[in-house]
Amino acid sequence: MAAGTVSTVRTEKPRSALALPVIILAFLAAMFVWMGFTQFLNALTLGAVYALVALGYTMVYGIIELINFAHGDVFMVATFVTMFVSGTILNQKEGIYGIPQLILSLVIVFAVTISIMAIIGAVIERFAYRPLRRAPKLAPLITAIGVSFILQNIIQYLVGPYTYNVPQLFPVDWAVMVGETRVPFLNIFVITVAVSLMALLQLFISRTRTGKAMRTTSMDRDASSLMGVNIDRTIMITFLIGSGLAGAAGVIHGLYYGNTNFQVGFQSGLKAFTAAVLGGIGNTAGAALGGFIIAFVEVGAVVLGFSRWGGAVVFSLLVIFLVFRPTGLLGSHTGDRA
Amino acid sequence: MALLELKDVNTYYGAVHALRGISLNVNEGEIVTLIGSNGAGKTTTLRTISGLEHARSGSITLGGTPIHQAKPHEIVRLGISHAPEGRRVFARMSVRENLEMGAFLRKSGPEVQADFKKVFDLFPRLKEREFQAAGTMSGGEQQMLAIGRALMAQPKVLLLDEPSMGLAPILVEQIFDIIKEINSRGTAVLLVEQNAMMALGIAHRGYILQIGEITIEDDASALAKNPKVKEAYLGV
Ligand SMILES: Nc1ncnc2c1ncn2[C@@H]1O[C@H](COP(=O)(O)OP(=O)(O)OP(=O)(O)O)[C@@H](O)[C@H]1O
Ligand SMILES: [Mg+2]
Repeated sequence: MAAGTVSTVRTEKPRSALALPVIILAFLAAMFVWMGFTQFLNALTLGAVYALVALGYTMVYGIIELINFAHGDVFMVATFVTMFVSGTILNQKEGIYGIPQLILSLVIVFAVTISIMAIIGAVIERFAYRPLRRAPKLAPLITAIGVSFILQNIIQYLVGPYTYNVPQLFPVDWAVMVGETRVPFLNIFVITVAVSLMALLQLFISRTRTGKAMRTTSMDRDASSLMGVNIDRTIMITFLIGSGLAGAAGVIHGLYYGNTNFQVGFQSGLKAFTAAVLGGIGNTAGAALGGFIIAFVEVGAVVLGFSRWGGAVVFSLLVIFLVFRPTGLLGSHTGDRA
Repeated sequence: MALLELKDVNTYYGAVHALRGISLNVNEGEIVTLIGSNGAGKTTTLRTISGLEHARSGSITLGGTPIHQAKPHEIVRLGISHAPEGRRVFARMSVRENLEMGAFLRKSGPEVQADFKKVFDLFPRLKEREFQAAGTMSGGEQQMLAIGRALMAQPKVLLLDEPSMGLAPILVEQIFDIIKEINSRGTAVLLVEQNAMMALGIAHRGYILQIGEITIEDDASALAKNPKVKEAYLGV
């Protein structure tokens, strides 16, 4: 090859970089026209929850190849934390009167829940998974199932096995009318928060030193430590962030659906995990994308009248898709490890 | 005092006793080579120095400081860089990002920028491919990147595990010239090689490793003339 005419394969692939947003926009437009605005917003909101939870699954899998079955229950615990924090805020103010109080309340409920969940996630990593870092892969997997049960049992014991209302911080009747359609502020708010968090995560992973350490550690742990990356610390930060995002998803779930019980983590967790696999496990953009796709399929099934079959539809499509593309939408084609 | 010193180091993989009381040292300014056939324990020796494997007994010191209890990232900070067997570049990162990772523990600034320039001077090919994904480069280019990346940490001691593996003879010669160049700029090198002839050609001293034990230790020129070494490793 002559010097100067060397063609290089860049790290960013221009084809997919352009094609993907176009496909996504086309998909969204088609869904919008088909299901109508209300269901469309509903799907986006549900997608935001799945996507935020899916990110935790995919980040943890990417860095330690563990399917963290307890992650859905971390999300479940977050819905209960939201319930208590919202309740506490509302009790003190006897309701929220003005915009400043509302903003402050929302900031508090997100900040408190995200922080508590991040800490719980890091504690789980430290005491349940780190001791098994060098054990065969089945051991941490079983531990994860154990942690999942423990979290469910703790909530059952502390709160009880029923479905509880999450006090509504956000006035549900606030909306603007766009022509004939009612657009609730709650949906707009929740979607904006979720998308901003995902954008922040992408920035963090691609730009910051710690983010780069997370990427190299998931590509090759030994090589990463030879660069001076503190592996234990990096893995713990991954759990902190993943669980914090599940915390945000829990707040959104609480604000939007207004109720929770100790089993919400199972259903939503399974679907979020599916979203992570669909997007290509280990890939954060894929997990976010997968979360929204699963939500649209689920809401689409409702629109078509098989609401009872939502789960069956989601999983059938997943199986069919994986037959044709086992690495998921954005997954790497080959393993990173030799 | 030796810069890097191993004393009676024993490393196990489960029940496998891979290093059986290894003692060796690398002095300031030296290239020392560790020669041995497949499975002798060369890679294990380097991995134990870097903290990737745990020495069950014995001691390892760098400039007198014990490092055998330290974590790999702490050992890097103390001044040991390791270009591992099989290159292990970060496939989905660009050449530049890989080099940046090499300087992970350093504050970015003019000094790091100067080191980028030095690495690109040593390996002009890497400059040409600065923004290419490392995983799409040829084996030889990846080897250059692995060495360049290790240099970005500004090590006192550079550990190289079979840098000539799988390379065409002309490229092997180029890599060895560069190792000499790196050493002449003040970095001590511990070089693991199966290509004993080439390694002894640039090294000051050498050790022969057999099934986890060091059997011969001598000046490189003496080793090259040693009949036992010639028969076993030089294919003469
Ligand atoms: N992860 C491991 N688990 C168990 N045994 C191992 C492991 N890694 C290496 N060994 C064993 O330890 C011994 C030394 O291996 P090592 O990789 O250090 O050899 P080497 O001299 O680098 O060989 P080569 O020239 O083939 O790279 C070998 O017997 C090998 O089988
Ligand atoms: Mg080896």
